[in-house]
Amino acid sequence: MGEPYRMETQNLSVYYGRTPGVRGVSLPIHDRRVTALIGPSGCGKTTFLRSLNRMHDLTPGVRVEGRVLLDGEDVYAPGVDPVVVRRRVGMVFQRPTPFPTMSIFENVVAGLRLVGVRDRHRLAEAAERALRMAALWDEVKDRLHAPAVGLSGGQQQRLSIARALAVEPEVLLMDEPTSALDPISTQAIEDLLEDLKKTVTIVIVTHNMQQAARVSDYTAFFLNGEMVEFGPTERLFTNPEDPRTEAYITGRFG
Amino acid sequence: MNANLRRRYLRDWLMQGLVFLGTAVVLVPLLFILYYVLVQGIGALSPAFFTRPPAPPGEGGGGMLPAIVGSLVVDSLALVLAAVFGIAAGVLLAEYPDHPLNPLLRLVVDVMAGLPAILMGLVAFVVVVKPLGHFSGLSGAVALALLMIPIVTRATEGVLKLIPWELTEAGLALGLPRWRVILSLVLPAARGGILTGLMLALARGAGEAAPLLFTAFGNPYLTFNPLEPMDTLPLKLYVYAISPYEDWHRQAWGAALLLAAAIMAASFLARRTLRR
Repeated sequence: MGEPYRMETQNLSVYYGRTPGVRGVSLPIHDRRVTALIGPSGCGKTTFLRSLNRMHDLTPGVRVEGRVLLDGEDVYAPGVDPVVVRRRVGMVFQRPTPFPTMSIFENVVAGLRLVGVRDRHRLAEAAERALRMAALWDEVKDRLHAPAVGLSGGQQQRLSIARALAVEPEVLLMDEPTSALDPISTQAIEDLLEDLKKTVTIVIVTHNMQQAARVSDYTAFFLNGEMVEFGPTERLFTNPEDPRTEAYITGRFG
Repeated sequence: MNANLRRRYLRDWLMQGLVFLGTAVVLVPLLFILYYVLVQGIGALSPAFFTRPPAPPGEGGGGMLPAIVGSLVVDSLALVLAAVFGIAAGVLLAEYPDHPLNPLLRLVVDVMAGLPAILMGLVAFVVVVKPLGHFSGLSGAVALALLMIPIVTRATEGVLKLIPWELTEAGLALGLPRWRVILSLVLPAARGGILTGLMLALARGAGEAAPLLFTAFGNPYLTFNPLEPMDTLPLKLYVYAISPYEDWHRQAWGAALLLAAAIMAASFLARRTLRR
């Protein structure tokens, strides 16, 4: 492959109490590529994704073992501030999460304003840039100061993406970002990924195999908390090495 | 219609009747109180009632100005104190459920909520009046705040627990520190419920006379200084109501009406401001 890794997990396990949700996963995440995580419900792909930017930290009873490297440095090493990790590794959730008390504009720049950026010119620029990247600018440019909760579901999700992009993360984690959306909004977000990966490394969890095939460069197949197979998307879908991968992608289970 | 269905309709009708009856049993005394206070008190509300200091019994005239000002000052101070400490305690209980201080804090809040109001006056007497050496509006505010804090804390904790965890996660995922997420995202989302709690606490505190007997103490002269003894409407109401004088009784009804109206107005205004 010869491409640089942006992130990499080494023998990563995540435990809920005593039960392992993810077992011994070693996965490379290539710089400025889209990596898709697929697998049936409950296979640990979301649990795995959330361990990449330390979102498990505040959930009692969850324990992470192994290493998660970001540019070669372990994000779980002692002395690493999870807040700093999350600024570099952003996240978009399954359901849109507009901040209910804020306008569209305030939502987009929340990550900047709430850490002390006051320069209005800079905020306005950042908002326009992020909204354009999220393909939402044309729809909201005339009502930036309207409440964000007035947007449609698809628009709210693109707003969540814009908000995550406004802080200029190096890596963007997406947890089934289109599962609650209609086909047109899904299309808009898939088109967006193609543009985004010029600047941002993307990891996307999806239930939808067609989506993984359409948008990703690499795919990892998860089953029962383990990573069964990883490879370039085209190869994994046309010529899977593991019989379980083949069974899943041909629709024989899951 | 078969017999079974008819029986179910009958039972439905009966239960609905009981629900309406229960509602009426609760509402009728409330409406009766408001009506009676209105009828008895409206006659006392003259311009002098709002602008004059009290007059000696039998002289007629005179007003509630020192008590109105005193109530505004003492209740505002108490509300600020209760908001600061009550909301802080509610945040700790709801947002940091594993904090080592929480079992103790919960115990203290529960005990405080169950203490008779007059004991709060005693506490304020010991911690404020004794060190200062004299009665004061401030000590009254402390006594009322002690009474109000558990109400604010419970309301804050309750409403914060209703805010979806996803909101906190969305904030954290932006690289915001936890305190910033609570302050700028979670608390604003919960402001309606917190405000309701503050209004409930204010209504509770503003109507109390007992904790003020040996703290704010009462004062027939107008003062804006919370370090001096102050009169409040409930104190005046209490003193006038147990007096043998007819005109003082009338004034006491006026004070009761003003108190009820002011608390309802404050609650109404707070809700309306929030809806904007």
